Amino acid sequence: MSEQGPIQIRCPVLTVRRVDAYYAITVVAPGIAERFRSGQFVSVAVGGEQSSTLLRRPFAIHDVKPDYGGTVEFLFAVRGQGTAWLAERRSRDLLDIVGPLGRPFPLPRDPVNCVLAGGGSGAAPLFPLALSLRRRGCRVDFVLGAASADRVFSAITARRVAETATFTTDDGSFGVHGRVTDALGTVIEDARSDVVYACGPMPMLREATAVASAHGIPVQVSVEETMACGTGLCMTCVIPVVGEDGITRMVRSCMDGPVFRGERVRFDDVGTIPFDALGAPGWKALHDGGAHSDAIDREAG
Amino acid sequence: MSPDLRTRLSNVELENPVVTAAGCAGSGRELAQYFDISRIGAVTTKSVMLEPRAGRPAPRVAETPSGMLSATGLQGPGVDVLLQRDLPWLISRGGRAVVSVAGGGAGEYAELARRISDAPGVDLIEVNLSCPNPAGQGRHFADDPEEAARVVRAVRSHTRSEVPVFAKLAPDVPDLVGLAAACVEARADGLSMVNAVRGMAIDPRTLRPAVAGGMGGLSGPAIRPIAVGCVYEVHAALPQVPIIGMGGVRTGSDVLEFLAAGASAVAVGTVNFADPSACVRILRELEEMLIDRGVTRVADLIGSAHRPIGAALQGGAAAL
Repeated sequence: MSEQGPIQIRCPVLTVRRVDAYYAITVVAPGIAERFRSGQFVSVAVGGEQSSTLLRRPFAIHDVKPDYGGTVEFLFAVRGQGTAWLAERRSRDLLDIVGPLGRPFPLPRDPVNCVLAGGGSGAAPLFPLALSLRRRGCRVDFVLGAASADRVFSAITARRVAETATFTTDDGSFGVHGRVTDALGTVIEDARSDVVYACGPMPMLREATAVASAHGIPVQVSVEETMACGTGLCMTCVIPVVGEDGITRMVRSCMDGPVFRGERVRFDDVGTIPFDALGAPGWKALHDGGAHSDAIDREAG
Repeated sequence: MSPDLRTRLSNVELENPVVTAAGCAGSGRELAQYFDISRIGAVTTKSVMLEPRAGRPAPRVAETPSGMLSATGLQGPGVDVLLQRDLPWLISRGGRAVVSVAGGGAGEYAELARRISDAPGVDLIEVNLSCPNPAGQGRHFADDPEEAARVVRAVRSHTRSEVPVFAKLAPDVPDLVGLAAACVEARADGLSMVNAVRGMAIDPRTLRPAVAGGMGGLSGPAIRPIAVGCVYEVHAALPQVPIIGMGGVRTGSDVLEFLAAGASAVAVGTVNFADPSACVRILRELEEMLIDRGVTRVADLIGSAHRPIGAALQGGAAAL
């Protein structure tokens, strides 16, 4: 309906390949490829038209190429029956895809030093971001980590596109023994980074935000939250985020995110409704003092 | 020749019987990215309360076989935002508006109804009687005919007479027909059936409930036979009362099922999450099926499953 917004299309699969511990599917989706900006994702229907597996699976877009009429690649790990079905797709099969969805990573106006931190398959959206940043003349440094060597995604590409690439594994099987965020501070100092871009599990994003804040630089995080639709309808992927007005709202990761300013995300309250969030039992009392007993009565009535 | 898809809900006429279900289409704005929302019968907006509401904690959703279990707890920005931002937008795009209301008590429902029916462009008010109530774990309006009737009466008496009031019922109640009759007695102009079914999923890994609230609402194709049965039973008992049928609609064929069971319009819910262009696809499928069967008017189909064998549709234009 709009030139900028997402579209829903049936896309032919070009290739399905193993990448380390993951799978990557490339589909021909020119409309999505031309709209795409780094950080956006697609949602994919799994199991066929009469599937009992109703909900789409969201995947970050890992690569977009103009060849073959515009292709889009996304990365996934086999976790359940939906992703197992996806891994069995073959060339020329059709996939029903909606995208590109979500707010992209904001890009700096000037050439600045950027460190990109990714955990596991969460590293995927950082690769097109690295290319965009390089095109703007930014310095890019990678810190990629995972549980073990085979789950560190695309180390070779990271080395190729970035000024430096640091790897960490929980078991020490590759790179530095430890977590991404253990290495992040050193990289920020060595590279004189101006901004952090982070993508991965929530605890990693919380740590990355703490490290960036300790170094006095901003951080953009891309969150991974359970989504039923990806299009803003279902309200299931909400996390507490502080707005510019200082008010905490339960915002949708799919539409209002997945990229947020790290400092604005209330990481310690993810998975809860903070007492003072807009529309939570306590917010009214906090914001216009005194009227709260009224609201509580009405809820209970 | 394309069939006449028009249908009536009390004194409101819709261009076609495909509408969205409350809570499954936002305020129409999100879906408008995928199709022209003026093409469908109406958009039912997400249940609105007087004040902003933060809803329940995550995880709010779990996938179940042919279904979805959810507990969002009616998160929403409150009625002011609906009236100032969402409703004018929907109407400016040529959309027809069914506004769903939810309250903690009859007084809140009445106040909402008054403010909403004063707004221009509201075609119908749907009273969500299955509102999650923090004090009572629950839905006592939906379970108790007297409570339901009290809410419906309060809404009807605060709503302008030309705006129909529909009561939305849940299927898992002791006496659905009695509940429906009580709402009609309280001057509901019609019924919306059915809301999500109470259920639970346990995460096999943690052995804890899969959604944070414990119990959730089951929706999707898994509940369609329940919903069709409810519509059939209530239409049999109250044939003059218009019904918006809903529950697991995924295809044009599913719409036919609800129409035959006695629904005058059919709402598309959970499938919108999976397929944002579902409404227009379903409308197209419905139209093709009517042409195939030689049916010229949707209105002729309503309640056809209740007619004696031979009088219902048999392949062609048969006995219409």
